Amino acid sequence: MAIFLVVAITFGARLFYIQVLDGSYKLAADRNTLQRIVQVPYRGLIYDRNNQLLVQNTPVYDLMVVPREVKQLDTLRFCELLQLPLEEVREGLKAARSYSRVKASPLVQNLSTRELATIQDNLIDFPGFSIKARMARSYRTENMAHALGYVGSITPGLLQSERFAKYLPGDFVGVNGLESFYEQQLMGRRGVQYKMVNVRGIEKGAFRNGEFDTLSVAGQDLHTSIDIELQKYGEMLMKNKRGYIVAIEPKTGEILAMVSAPAYEPSILTGKGMGNRYMELQNDTTKPLFNRPLMAKYSPGSVFKVVNELVALQMGVVTPQTAFDCNWKLVRCTHRHEYPSNVGIAIKQSCNPYFYQVMRAAVLRGRSANRFEDSRLGLADWRNKVMAFGLGDKLGVDIRSEIGGLVPSPEYYDKRLKTRRWNYKTVYSLSIGQGELSVTGLQMANIMAIVANRGWYYTPHFVRGVGTGGPLPQYTVRHTVGVDAQHFEAIIPGMQAVVDGRGGTGENASLLDVGISVAGKTGTVQNYHGEDHATFAAFAPAEDPKIAIAVFIENAGFGGSSAAPMASLMMEKYLRGKVAPWRHRWEVWLQSPASRFIRRHR
Amino acid sequence: MPTSPARYSRSLDWVTVLIYLLMVGLGWLSVYAASYSPDAPADPLRNLSFSELMAFNWFKQILWIGTALALIVVLVVIDYKAYDTFAFVLYGGMIVLLLVTMVVARPIAGSRSWLELGPVRLQPAEFAKFTTALVVSRFMASINLRQQNFRDQLVLAGLTLLPPLLILASNETGQALVFGAFLLAYFREGMSPLILLILAAAGIILILALLVPKLWLVGVFTLILGLVLGLNRKALRHHLPLSLSVWAVVIGMVFGVDFFFNNVLQAHQRKRIEVLINPSADPLGVGWNVTQSKIAIGSGGLLGKGFLQGTQTKFDFVPEQSTDFIFCTVGEEWGWLGSTAVIILFMVLLWRILYVAERQKSVFGRTYGYCVASIFFFHFAINVGMTIGLAPVVGIPLPFFSYGGSSLWSFTTLLFILLGIDAYRKQDLER
Repeated sequence: MAIFLVVAITFGARLFYIQVLDGSYKLAADRNTLQRIVQVPYRGLIYDRNNQLLVQNTPVYDLMVVPREVKQLDTLRFCELLQLPLEEVREGLKAARSYSRVKASPLVQNLSTRELATIQDNLIDFPGFSIKARMARSYRTENMAHALGYVGSITPGLLQSERFAKYLPGDFVGVNGLESFYEQQLMGRRGVQYKMVNVRGIEKGAFRNGEFDTLSVAGQDLHTSIDIELQKYGEMLMKNKRGYIVAIEPKTGEILAMVSAPAYEPSILTGKGMGNRYMELQNDTTKPLFNRPLMAKYSPGSVFKVVNELVALQMGVVTPQTAFDCNWKLVRCTHRHEYPSNVGIAIKQSCNPYFYQVMRAAVLRGRSANRFEDSRLGLADWRNKVMAFGLGDKLGVDIRSEIGGLVPSPEYYDKRLKTRRWNYKTVYSLSIGQGELSVTGLQMANIMAIVANRGWYYTPHFVRGVGTGGPLPQYTVRHTVGVDAQHFEAIIPGMQAVVDGRGGTGENASLLDVGISVAGKTGTVQNYHGEDHATFAAFAPAEDPKIAIAVFIENAGFGGSSAAPMASLMMEKYLRGKVAPWRHRWEVWLQSPASRFIRRHR
Repeated sequence: MPTSPARYSRSLDWVTVLIYLLMVGLGWLSVYAASYSPDAPADPLRNLSFSELMAFNWFKQILWIGTALALIVVLVVIDYKAYDTFAFVLYGGMIVLLLVTMVVARPIAGSRSWLELGPVRLQPAEFAKFTTALVVSRFMASINLRQQNFRDQLVLAGLTLLPPLLILASNETGQALVFGAFLLAYFREGMSPLILLILAAAGIILILALLVPKLWLVGVFTLILGLVLGLNRKALRHHLPLSLSVWAVVIGMVFGVDFFFNNVLQAHQRKRIEVLINPSADPLGVGWNVTQSKIAIGSGGLLGKGFLQGTQTKFDFVPEQSTDFIFCTVGEEWGWLGSTAVIILFMVLLWRILYVAERQKSVFGRTYGYCVASIFFFHFAINVGMTIGLAPVVGIPLPFFSYGGSSLWSFTTLLFILLGIDAYRKQDLER
């Protein structure tokens, strides 16, 4: 009996340990039987600024099969119904069987509603097959693909990151553009249901009557500031070219249009065969996937002279009346013009020697007896004031792929030249927007928005309303650039003269004939690899600006000839809703491949 | 021998009967819970035909219990002298049956131990238990174990070992091991405790040899030898050869374990012992059973998940859940309190059997009682032990709880033959 008791007490103690003291067995039992079923909510919609629906969800259908329940399949009739070759059906069934005999797996994916209609009625004759509906993105526009981004299956790499901790393999996620930036808002909140399953993974009802289940909450809609008509118009104009158009509403920082050329249709990256089509775009030598206004490193060209002048005016090293001669010994001037130039003439004629001297006055201020040291101190100070215009760093637009551009620092030159012994003559190219300076399209348009506002800007953004609320908080902070309004007033007449004055470099952009005054600046970006790039930045109406715009066309030569008329068409289209009939010839000409090669004069 | 039912019923040990009925009742509830499926119709008795009902273990168990109750009536009515007289005949019949089974039986789950009679399957090994218990009790009554008559001991060993060897040959290791329980009964009847001690020591050394590095063990045992001889001069003088040979045998065992483990045991048996030491060694094979069984019992907590609420057993995570692993259902649905209650119930049963055995006048009755208790105990210890990972996975049922006709009849027969003998003892006194 003693032996019996020893064993009984051992058992009792052991049972006490595993049942009462050690909680891990309980967890293990829950892990065994509980299956977490995540309900993916309806993804938020995307609208343009006039409440036009751009991106929506449409149901697609997957034909599912549970291999164990398939009985006496009439393969011939089945193939006829699905209009699939016999081999494909057999392969599909084999794959499904090897996955699981009792769980449903997809046999045919992405059936459209019409395909479904023919199948559904007959499905009753085929036990083991069922239809599963799921939501996929579809597009009501052929434009704006770069900004919208797309939705795709989550990659193993993303699954590792902290941001996507809650995602499971096979989940869909915004991959680029707004879809990616606003993933959290668009996705909504996932619902979770706990179901009990048996050892074969077959459902056996809700866990504790759904006590722990949560409902899914639909994603929030995005109200973008894009004018889809303007966007469409811009993409049409940029056909057959490479470059960008960025249009911003200066008072709010809202982006009205952002064209990257060449473009592609957003619907390309949806549905069946999406992966293959993505690879085609990827391998295209014209790089359609490259979002040029945010990712390309372009020199700003002469447009930058505006910033240079404003910084110098604010420093007090020049006044609007200061005159510098058009000294070709310093730097070649591309235009023949009146002389001696003051700021108005210099901007109107884009006088290179003038702005060389303006920047020299701003940089070399005798802070040190050593001219090298003086250049360093001067450049560092000048750089800070330039960067206040949102240059040299990411603006923080609501698309992640944005780059920052470059406003070189003294240290940058030290490193590049491997010496500290350099002076202003080394860096003077910056004064005319050349050299090491690089500025994104968004920053270019933002410079015009700053000038239009006379000294301040909101960070440019695409989304002005998330759900029923406003934009994200960072887009409601007003940034000032540290230049007084009076200095802007001093240069704006010159910029108006560029477009509206006789012999201005941007006279092709004039909209005076429809009563709109435009202030702008042309640029011709030197390109050592081929034909120069054409650029033009402007805002209108000059007295009450409603649109600021930057246009950049690769290899199109002088900025006044192609970039300026394109900008004016965009501005007229936005401000008037239509383009004057006599400018239709511009539209036709700009769309022709020939427009890229026309050079009037340098 | 005419006996009035009233007098007879007075002489029956009703405490044991009560415990028996309680255990069979609880056992049926457990079988019902284990074979219950949430998908089944709400009222199967009304909605299903007899043949459909026969698909349910709980329904068939009702039939087994019914037949077992009928069996009881027969068993207690038979004169106890019949058992005494026919012990060797029954034993012989059983041996023949085992031999026939080996030849006739189709292999089921790797063992040729089931006889099929129409829809019913019988396991003759189950009936070897009570026949062997009867025959050794009969033999014991004719000898005196204390006198250490070598011939008697040899005959006793032969009687005890013949059935398990036949059962082993039909690949039913678990049922064969049960016969080890007889050792406990012989111990009561004067077998030298040294045999039990040596066996226990051997078992401990075997387990240690699997768990602890061998050189450590060699060191420890050599140290013990040194201490014994060093501290006890008398032992050094008189028992040096004995001490040295014991030491040599122990060291030999330590190194022999690997050979035994790898060459003598079959692969699945080796695995079961490995799993006992480390359940994660084979997580989806034999280890699965142990792990899932422990999870089932462990997740029961103090009070359990409630009747029919077990998720581990309901959703088929535990294999053999209504037969060998029935204790999982108890542990999961009734928690620590329930499983401890079942253990206590077994202890009460064993105590009562020993109590009944001790009051027998005849060596035959007493030995038989001890055999019954030992067999029950062995089943209980190994079965419950394996579900909580304290014993290797050996396919033997838990008495009165596990589903199955053969085992229920076998345990009922074992118990009620004892009660029959006991009842007539009282009548003998009264006469």
